Parts: sequence; C-alpha cells; structure tokens
Amino acid sequence: MSKILKTNALESEAIYIFREVVAQFENPVLLFSGGKDSITLVRLAQKAFYPGKIPFPLLHVDTGHNFPETIEFRDKLVEELGLNLIVRHVQDAIDEGKVTEETGKYSSRNMLQTTTLLDAIEEFKFDACIGGARRDEEKARAKERIFSVRDDFGQWDEKNQRPELFDLLNGKIEIGQNVRVFPISNWTELDVWSYIEQEHIEIPSIYFSHKRETFVRDGLIWSASKYVYREEDEEVLERIVRFRTVGDMTCTAAVESDADTIEQIVKEIKVSTISERGARIDDKRSEAAMEKRKQQGYF
Amino acid sequence: MEVLKIATAGSVDDGKSTLIGRLLYDTKSLTDDKLEAIERNSKKKGYDYLDFSLATDGLVAEREQGITIDVAHIYFSTKKKSYIIADTPGHVEYTRNMVTGASQAQASIILIDARKGVIEQTYRHFFINNLLRVKQVIVAVNKMDLVDYDQQVFENIKADFEKLNAQSSYEEQKITFIPISALKGDNVAQKTDSMSWYTGDSVLDFLEALKPEQEELTAARFPVQTVIRPKKDEFHDYRGYAGKIYGSSLKVGDAVTVLPSLTSSKIKSIEFFDEQYEEAVAGSSVTITLENDINVTRGDILVKSDEMPHAAKTLTASVCWMDGKALIPGAKYEIQHNTNRVLAKIDSIENVISTDYSGEDASATQLTLNEIGKVNFKLSKNLFFDNYADNKAGGSFILIDTQSNTTAGVGFIG
Repeated sequence: MSKILKTNALESEAIYIFREVVAQFENPVLLFSGGKDSITLVRLAQKAFYPGKIPFPLLHVDTGHNFPETIEFRDKLVEELGLNLIVRHVQDAIDEGKVTEETGKYSSRNMLQTTTLLDAIEEFKFDACIGGARRDEEKARAKERIFSVRDDFGQWDEKNQRPELFDLLNGKIEIGQNVRVFPISNWTELDVWSYIEQEHIEIPSIYFSHKRETFVRDGLIWSASKYVYREEDEEVLERIVRFRTVGDMTCTAAVESDADTIEQIVKEIKVSTISERGARIDDKRSEAAMEKRKQQGYF
Repeated sequence: MEVLKIATAGSVDDGKSTLIGRLLYDTKSLTDDKLEAIERNSKKKGYDYLDFSLATDGLVAEREQGITIDVAHIYFSTKKKSYIIADTPGHVEYTRNMVTGASQAQASIILIDARKGVIEQTYRHFFINNLLRVKQVIVAVNKMDLVDYDQQVFENIKADFEKLNAQSSYEEQKITFIPISALKGDNVAQKTDSMSWYTGDSVLDFLEALKPEQEELTAARFPVQTVIRPKKDEFHDYRGYAGKIYGSSLKVGDAVTVLPSLTSSKIKSIEFFDEQYEEAVAGSSVTITLENDINVTRGDILVKSDEMPHAAKTLTASVCWMDGKALIPGAKYEIQHNTNRVLAKIDSIENVISTDYSGEDASATQLTLNEIGKVNFKLSKNLFFDNYADNKAGGSFILIDTQSNTTAGVGFIG
C-alpha cells in the first residue's frame, strides 16, 4: 500500500462543508428533490461521514406533480442507503387553505413549495437545510453564500449577507432563524455530470433519452400530462427527449436528445449552446424571478 | 479536474467586465440563452455595446444602479482547468468584498487603464493582494488600443508598479505584467499581432500554465471538524477524526501532537470514503485515526510534533473590518480560528491604515467599516496559531459579533 490521495478540489470542499454543518448545527436536513444535484449531495454526504451513516434525514417537498420515475428512484435510494426520508405535500397546504392553487396557462405549484418547506422547517425545528443549488445556475444564486442565513419568515436578506472568508464558515444563528447550506455552490453543471460519470452514480431514467408525449410552447418542450395546462391548439406529439434539470412537470422543460448514457450526456453538455436553466419555465417569469422567490424563502 | 480560483477587482471604467466577458466569450462559456439575455437587456438600457456585467450583477439593486454590490462568482472552463472568478467592485467602500474575494484566490488580476496608469485603486488592490499573500498577481494593462499599442506606455506603468512593489515584504509574490485590450481581445485568450514587442503569454495562456504546486507548502495543520463514531458492530471502537489538511501532506506513521491538550500520538490510518491511503496532500478532506485512544474533539488541531505553532493568550493581527458597528477597545468578540472558537477582548488599536495607503494613523481609536488596521487582542484561553505569513490557515481568523452573530471582521495574525 503506497497510495497517495490526490484531492478533487470541489469534492473536498463539499465534504468539508457537510462536516461543518453537522458540527455547527443541531438539527440539519438535506432537501432532496430526486434531481441529479440532490443525488450528488447524497453521495458526498455518504463520503463525508463514512464509515458512519449520513447523520441527518432527507426532506422531499412533494408538489404532487412529479415525474413518477423520480419518486420511484427516490424510494429505491432511501431503501438502499438506509436513509430517513421525510415527505411533506404541497397538496396538504392547499387542502388546509394556506395557499391557493394557481390557474391558467402557466400554472405551477413551484411557488407553493415555499410554504410547505417553511412549515416543515418549523414542524421539525430544522436549523440547517442543505440544498443542491449551484452558483452557475442562475445569477441570483451566484450571489448566494455557502451558509446563507434566513430569518424566522424564511426570508433571504440579499443585501446584508455575511462575508465568507477562507474556509471559515459562520453558522451562528438566533432561535427561529435557519441557514440554507449549499455544498456544491462552486460546481458547474458539467462538474456535476463529470462526477456522476466518474462515481458511477445512478440517476432517474428521465435524464436519459426516451419517448414522451410533449407539446411546444414559447420554444420550450413541455410534457403532456394532466397536471400541465394545455390550450386546445397546442398539439401533442411524441418526441425523443430527455431532461437536463428536474423540477416537477409544470416547471421543467425537456430537450430533444439521443443521449442515453452518461458519457453521451457529458458530451452533449460540453457542446451545448443553451444553459441548463434555459429549460426552467419557473425562471422565465421575469429577470428577477429567482431573487424574488429566494426572498420569500424558496431554496 | 483542476480548479483555479481567481480574484478580480475594479470598476466598470477599467474594462473589467469587458475582460471577463471576453474570457467567457473566447472560451465559449456563454451559452446562447445567456448571451441573448445580455443582448436584450443591454439594448433595453440603450447601450450600443454588450454589457457583460448584466450576466454577473445578479441582484435587482445592482442592475438598477449599474453597480456591483456583492462578490459575483463567474465560472468557465477550458479543456485543462475549471476557473472560478470572484469578481468584486474596486472602490474603497467595497474593501471588505475585495478582501473576501482575495481570501479564496490562488491568483489575482489587477487591471490598470493604460491611459490613467497607476492610481489610488491600484494601490488598494495591490495592498490587499499583498496583505492576503496572493501568490500570483497578473497586472493587466488594459486599453492598449487607445494608446496605439505603445510599448513605452506599458513600460512606464510597469516601472511605476515596480516602485510600489519595492516596498513589499512579500518577496515570493510573483507579478506578471500583460498588455491587453479587452475590447479587441488582444492578449486575453489569444496573443495579438498588434504588440509584437511583447513576448510573454496572453492572460488565459498564463493562467492555463499555472500549476497548483506553485502554492507554497507550509507546516501541515489538521483542524478537527467532527469525530466519526459509527454505531455499527464492525466499527465498535472506531474513532475517526474528520477534517481538511492544510499546509502540506500528512502520512501514515507521522508523529503528531494534538492541540491544545499537547498529547502525542502517531497517524494510524488516512481514510477517504472506503479507501485507505499512505499519504494525503494539502486540500484533502479526509478521516484520520490515531494509534492511541486519546481525547480529541472538534476545535482541536493535529500538527506534526516537530512543527509546533505558537501558543499564547494574546495576539496581534491586521484586521479588515466588515461591520457597520465600529471595532473599539474593550469590546468582546468571538474569534473563529479554524474550527475552534474563543472569546476575545479588543485590547488596543495600534494603527489604522489610511484609505489612500499613504501611511498609518497611530492615534486612531476605532476601526470602521472597510478599514484595515493593526489590533491587539486578549484571549479567554490559550490559542495555538501561526503567523499568517508562515501559514495561511493557521494564521487567519474571523471575528463574530456575539450579539448579532454576524461575521464582523477578519484577522491576519502577525
């Protein structure tokens, strides 16, 4: 045995952040959507605490409009790794009258997730919520700290953020506040895919090329589903597509693609001329769509 | 993939966003939808050029006022490396952001307008890069197209800058001068024919050639983040110390001392996930087990027994103040040094550096937002630390306001 560990800077940074979370907070949780970024987080957490188990639960805020493939995958992963999964449903907040379902052409439960998330934080008294957001995704996210403090209404005060120097993360908060933690802040989409390739991480099938009933609106490919509002003149066609990013059906657009292996996906992304969030319907609402959602407590 | 973190500081007028835009554009890192958004919003603002700052100014307030308030992170990659640029505004009121950006950086780019030469802002950037000991500094003399690519202009600026550098106490700092035109793309990603008198690299070629080992190796420090104790039968007596290695490599068999308890032991294993290693280099997040069953907790530091740091209940540090509430003698703050926190009292302020960097004010009674000064601290207990000049991780700390919990300042010991 004369092995020298050559470090992967981004992986090492993420593991460092996970360990700071567990050391500085009493009740952390990992926000798990079933997308590739949160799946990558699970792998990193596994590495950070090995041979121990991942010392916090996963929380899935379920809009009820998920791709069934994602839910299936989630349950399998939780079972295999012996994780503790908490699911909270947007439907419950609707039934209780806390939020009102959006109607019309662009209706989505994306914005409604915030209420369910904040309720879950209060219910379980989570003081740190670990998320897979990356700074390269979107320009408001590019301003986000690694430890990002939220007040007791879940609000982000973007103009008054704590400076973060060297590796020194300050997680001190008042009771009622919580911190959103982003271990893969500095990763790009390509970094995530390269890591998934290198680590042979399993991901849901909807990331790979498949046949799907779809229609085109505003230049984006939408899934035809009972959850997605469709005008009569919006024609449904079967297309060969895959998803680059996975939210729920109402806010995630597909891309036409033949890529059915990770290698092909990596190749496709390297030459892609459209950014990942170019396929996020939720970002297109306005120039400041993400910043506004974050101020309200979105992750 | 290799990652290089770079800090840039400067104002719109220096052509900084044009330089970054150029790097993104020439490395094909801007996707069509992002480029279209920049075109659309530039047009909306009535500009006849592409304002690349629109890609990085992520907050509504920044776009409204046309200024960068906060550190922006920009990502691009080549076949060789992934680059992360921490881009900060260059004005005096953003000193704290510049310090933050430089604290993460392995290399830094200082932009100088060829028509203006070395100005106050240049002093500030250089001072910060010097204080934080950023090893590789690129001085990019921009807008060479506006001075007819005149070699003499470049040489004069170089001479002025070297006069500044002559006062530096950081001899190992490497300064590289590159004449560029960000607007025309000269010497940014590609060498240009317009300045045949310049024989060095383009900015990107220079960055591509930088090797991570050009970071200085110093004494190894292993601050313990958390103790891993799996509750599984096969790992019944397992105690793994989780942390990141700083300074230089650690090897199995190294004789180590645990601070502050001063107990000694030997490294039994270095683990990363389900693999064991003989050696791990600086920057690795690993788990270490020791030969003896001794008491080690978060906040402790493992060091090689022949590389002990200083131990004291007082310390002196250069502090950059980052809070609206001024630092005054007598006030108490919590110091976070690596993974350890101790209570500290401000004993006295030795001096405050004047904002035009012409000298120091020894009569100052407080340190206000964005000021840098030398401060003496009294600590509630013994701290094991290095001088920042000898060891970055062992010589830096943040000051946490015990009431607001905010990060109020940063200190560089020595």
